Amino acid sequence: MHRTGFFDHLILLIGAFVMIAPVVVAFTTSTHTAAEISRSGLTLSIGNDFTATYGKVLTQQGGFTGKVTGLSMLMNSMILGIGFAVGKVALSMLAAYALVYFRFRLASLFFWIIFTTLLLPLEVRILPSYEVMHKLHLINTYAGLIVPLLASATGTFFFRQFFKSVPDELLEAARIDGAGPFKFFIDILVPLSRTMMSALFIIMFVYGWNQYLWPMLMTNDESFYTLVRGIKQILIVWVGSQLPDYNEAFAISVLAMVPPVLLVLVFQRWFIKGLTESDK
Amino acid sequence: MKRVQFDSKFLPYLFIAPQMAVIFIFFYWPSAEAIRSSFYLEDPFGFGSSFVGLANYTDVMKAPEYLGIARFTVIFTVLVTFFSLALGLLLAVKADHVIRGSTAYKTILISVYAIAPPVAGLIGMMFFDQHIGPFVRFAALFGWNMKVGLDYFDTAFAMVFVSVWKQIPYNFIFFLSGLQGIPVSVREAAAIDCRNGFRRFWTVTAPLLMPTSFFLLIINFTYSLFDTFGVIDVMVKDKAANNPITLVYKVYMDGFRGNDLGGSSAQSVILMIVVLVLTIFQFRFIERRVHYG
Repeated sequence: MHRTGFFDHLILLIGAFVMIAPVVVAFTTSTHTAAEISRSGLTLSIGNDFTATYGKVLTQQGGFTGKVTGLSMLMNSMILGIGFAVGKVALSMLAAYALVYFRFRLASLFFWIIFTTLLLPLEVRILPSYEVMHKLHLINTYAGLIVPLLASATGTFFFRQFFKSVPDELLEAARIDGAGPFKFFIDILVPLSRTMMSALFIIMFVYGWNQYLWPMLMTNDESFYTLVRGIKQILIVWVGSQLPDYNEAFAISVLAMVPPVLLVLVFQRWFIKGLTESDK
Repeated sequence: MKRVQFDSKFLPYLFIAPQMAVIFIFFYWPSAEAIRSSFYLEDPFGFGSSFVGLANYTDVMKAPEYLGIARFTVIFTVLVTFFSLALGLLLAVKADHVIRGSTAYKTILISVYAIAPPVAGLIGMMFFDQHIGPFVRFAALFGWNMKVGLDYFDTAFAMVFVSVWKQIPYNFIFFLSGLQGIPVSVREAAAIDCRNGFRRFWTVTAPLLMPTSFFLLIINFTYSLFDTFGVIDVMVKDKAANNPITLVYKVYMDGFRGNDLGGSSAQSVILMIVVLVLTIFQFRFIERRVHYG
């Protein structure tokens, strides 16, 4: 139907180049020494210092207390990403189950209470959130890092939408066979939702992994730093240094982007399905 | 809603309780706290606080600095939204056309989606670096002495550039799925009736994409307002002196660097109102003009 022109491909090639080149250059440059980078700038060639730089970034103890390494930041990023994604899937599935499959008096009130959270992103209430966390003694804890991020409704709407599309006959049949609410949920709804759960998990993992502002406020103990949070530390050291550690900064960036990017690319189909069906 | 539902006195409350607890403790409590403290002047040494009415708001609104930042925020938001939507749409239309290699293009174009804004900002900073940045060298060819982090305009340029780059994949994914949702029969009928591809796009495809575009418009507004925090923080590095910053960054600076709890809260509340108005606008006005195919 369409004639595929030369220009279509040209535009796509330019687009693809502009999108991916910085990422590739970040990696290739990270394999050179800081002095080399400072002398000859960013480069597409692969240097000889891959193992040296990455080994140093992953294992060298840095920071003021010497407690933080690349590996510990990687661990914390994993904990934040997985903890947040699992929490989100669990909380929102349960809430959506209650909203769709039960008749109860406060249902519409609850729906609106959840809906309001879509209106105000975390960024506009950071300072009071910090105060609340302080009162609850949750600064520098994993719970403080993860749980407050769960206070938003996206996941609940995602599952609500999906549950509504599940045929009513399933519930009728299950009830005739004598299945109660718990049995129906675990034996029928959860298996049916597997794809949706995976899709939401991927989106939420990326969201959690990429958090910056919240970890910055919630953690001043370096042993709780995530990779993305660690970016801030690089910059603080950077200011006023003679020869900035370009290679290490690039290496940290690469470490911070590889896991979420890989996850999205490998599970591309689920991810796109989840994304385009949840937000609308 | 479902025709058949469970009847249970306490089970639904049990299932919804965890979500409600989290929302009340970490959403309603801080939000209420923000509104409350926006009417108070906190003693900087921690000796209580006194009620000052709307003084925090008038102080904020009267400061020429705040108005300048508000103006920059609007310009920044419009630029980022416009360019990331336009480029996302362009690439999606092209990717929808081609058959050969479309999967490869798609994979490459969405890969940047998963990169965190501060990481994108850091990579961007390297490209705009005084010593090693290729963009700076390129600009120098045209006599543009680019000083990102020092010069107001240059920093703003880099911020917009990186923020757009980071957001293109998101818009691309949605536009592409919107385009592929247009039925083949409609496309064929349009192709028969109108031979001019450009006109066909504006008269047939664009109206059918309106729901997607409209949804993306709001998402891109919120992205530019809030999610670009990481990009800005990396570029400005806590020194707002000569650099452009957005309103959200100002809330952070005043609250955590300046210890101005009341002023920061008043700004938070102003932002809350902006977001509320945007959302209401979304539901009341724009949606009516959108064609749902």
